[in-house]
Amino acid sequence: MSINLNQTGLRARLMLGAAAVALAFAGAANAETLRWARVGDALTLDPHSQNEGPTHTLNHHIYETLVGRSVDGTLTPRLATEWGISEEDDTIWEFKIREGVTFHDGTAMTAEDVVFSLDRARTPPSGMSALHAAVEEVTAVDDTTVHVRLSGPAPLYVQNLTNTFIMSKAWAEENGVETAPNFAAGEEAYSVRNTNGTGPYMLVERDPEVRTVLQVFDGHWGDAPAVTEIIYTPISEAATRVAALLSGEVDVVQDVPVQDIARLEQTDGIKVVRGPENRNIFFSYDMTSDKLATSDAEDNPFAKPEVREAMALSLDRNAIRQVVMRGESQPSAAPLPPFVNGWTEEMDAFGEPDYARAAELVAEAGYPNGFTVDLNCPNDRYLNDEAICQALVGMLARANIRVNLVSQTRSLHFPLIENWDTDFYMLGWGVPTFDSQYVFDFLVHTREGSYGSFNGTRYSNPELDAKIESIATMTDLDARDAVIAEIWEQVMEDRIFLNVHNQMLAYAMRDGITLDVHPENQPHMTTVTFD
Amino acid sequence: MNETQKPRAPGRFAGAWDSDIAYSFRHSPVAVVAAVVSLIIILAAVFAPLIAPYDPFNPASLNLMDGFTPPMEPNAFTGNVYWLGTDNQGRDVFSTILYGARISLFVGFAAVLFAMTLGITLGLIAGYRGGWVDSLLMRVADVQLTFPSILLALLIFGVARGFIPPAYREIMAIWVLIVAIGLSDWVQYARVVRGATMVEKNKEYVQAARVIGAHPVKILLRHILPNVMGPVLVIATIGLALAIIAEATLSFLGVGVPPTQPSLGTLIRIGQQYLFSGEWWILLFPSITLLALALAVNLLGDWLRDALNPRLR
Repeated sequence: MSINLNQTGLRARLMLGAAAVALAFAGAANAETLRWARVGDALTLDPHSQNEGPTHTLNHHIYETLVGRSVDGTLTPRLATEWGISEEDDTIWEFKIREGVTFHDGTAMTAEDVVFSLDRARTPPSGMSALHAAVEEVTAVDDTTVHVRLSGPAPLYVQNLTNTFIMSKAWAEENGVETAPNFAAGEEAYSVRNTNGTGPYMLVERDPEVRTVLQVFDGHWGDAPAVTEIIYTPISEAATRVAALLSGEVDVVQDVPVQDIARLEQTDGIKVVRGPENRNIFFSYDMTSDKLATSDAEDNPFAKPEVREAMALSLDRNAIRQVVMRGESQPSAAPLPPFVNGWTEEMDAFGEPDYARAAELVAEAGYPNGFTVDLNCPNDRYLNDEAICQALVGMLARANIRVNLVSQTRSLHFPLIENWDTDFYMLGWGVPTFDSQYVFDFLVHTREGSYGSFNGTRYSNPELDAKIESIATMTDLDARDAVIAEIWEQVMEDRIFLNVHNQMLAYAMRDGITLDVHPENQPHMTTVTFD
Repeated sequence: MNETQKPRAPGRFAGAWDSDIAYSFRHSPVAVVAAVVSLIIILAAVFAPLIAPYDPFNPASLNLMDGFTPPMEPNAFTGNVYWLGTDNQGRDVFSTILYGARISLFVGFAAVLFAMTLGITLGLIAGYRGGWVDSLLMRVADVQLTFPSILLALLIFGVARGFIPPAYREIMAIWVLIVAIGLSDWVQYARVVRGATMVEKNKEYVQAARVIGAHPVKILLRHILPNVMGPVLVIATIGLALAIIAEATLSFLGVGVPPTQPSLGTLIRIGQQYLFSGEWWILLFPSITLLALALAVNLLGDWLRDALNPRLR
């Protein structure tokens, strides 16, 4: 009996397998389905809950923003067809809303939906609120015009809109998601797993961390994309991800492990495209509290400038580039990538590590026997993140700073920073606005209201806060750049960030697919073409 | 069979140290090889600080530039040569295997000891008392058996971490691991001990002890326990191999010991990332060590089971 049962089971499985193979071939023949793998999943599908790269990247396919960012960095019209500062009042930005746009549920998008979405995005606990901190009021003037009034003239405000998605007001009210769920508090809401956007693809299937299927939306206003179905699969293990591409299980791998680039480039039928990312990777620390939670020191060692200098002297950026990143990174001391307004070549410069001097500084700071501290590190967010953290542990040990490494998945890591539950952490910061203000608003400004949500250092400098707030509404761009330079000078002097490098990107895909590297690592599958 | 050199020990484990066992061991080449391999690995692990040329658990001694050195070849930047090469952090693979085996063996032995103590205690109680105590304990065991033990260990590990304050998490990680593996493995011991106890408790010697008024605890520990230890030792030996693999699995999944103090499983996890890029030695040598250790201990357990089974003699 049992033998018979087994045979039936086997046959059923074989048939299923055959069906899967047949389906795979059908997909390849039409060249319409794109199987896309990367290291992690979107943290949420709510359009405003979390300000994070992979989350936005997936959401860009379902939801749309007023303005888009092309691969060359310029702004492109999306749900707004035209935008500009109002001629009557220079504190008002005027947006012309695209006509004939419908949501996935069939309802038409109106200026009211845009007003609702911008209000939702700028209200905490939305993760996007720091981008809209200077907004005072959003109003619909008529069916196709929206006015955004700011606390002063803000010539660069439109740059802040590239990741702020537009959602349906009626749908949000119907499902009780008028405000964005609090991501750091782990709040669950209807909009976390369900969507209703205007984007080129509709959500068909959502199994977080396993598989997400998107189908092309026939009612979309734009040109029909070549890809009609997207199967998005997070694969956290580097070798498994590469194996999936080599075996033809997926078509595109977005996060190619640096150690496998050379091998993939030599493989027939696979190509690799590369480019710099607009993102820097750094370490930061609680430099304000009286005592650290995870340290054996009686006070806070990071509050002492000598310790921060010692850490800067211990970081061997070139070794990390050479060994951990295999040459695929741009080592830099500047906590911002060269894409960003405010970057200067001088900020990038760094010296050779000097462990003897570093140990001396730690002793001078009052720790003759060194001290211990935990380092929180993500292990599925940045290229070789855990290996970089481990390398730092070894380097700091030579300066008598004994570090316990705690590495975990990014959905557990980021709330530590947002909730001030970490003493010492790794973070990578992409700058979607291409302007320093974005860095200051989220990372440098005192944590209050919309500001400082990723300021894990507890750093608070009222003088800097005033300057940061002032640049949001400065019209004289030369004067504004001067203030930005002043702020950076203070930030560098206080050593708020221990920057490691700027990331380099590599996407690998099977031959026949064309996809360019996006400087914000946000590839749009609508831009994919098949040979 | 009078080949025993020493007189028969009169102790309570006399049955287990019977000369038949020694004879069977000498005449089983597989058992001898397995014992030698296990012994070599265990001794190498215990004396790792004396044998290992480097201390891979001391981060200050590492030089990142030594990373990815192939076995027996000089490093391109530093010129250092390592027997089995280095891993991605510049750790000597040979030293790391010795230190890693230490963690694996310690977790394995401690987890088995924990599971054994818990299983024997509950098994003795269930078998001797019978009734609702027996039903309750065995239903709990049944429910636990329906979960794969590695899943259960993951669950226990996750819950325990939630209770431990962040400052102690890394220090406690290894103990949490031991408890997690131990708690997921006690059922086998409890079942075997319960069955044997139910048989033994009706024999004359137990009844005699009961008649002269011996305390139940004394009866269980002095009279019944020595007579049920044979099968328990077999399970413990095989359980050791399983516990070592469980630790490796958990560390491979990244929930075990911290990455700065790699066990064999952690090393395999690190090595697996470099499978496609050609750094085979990071994966291969720890894997061979784990394989040899688990296989040798398992073969020893197999032999012990046969040697203690009167029907196979």
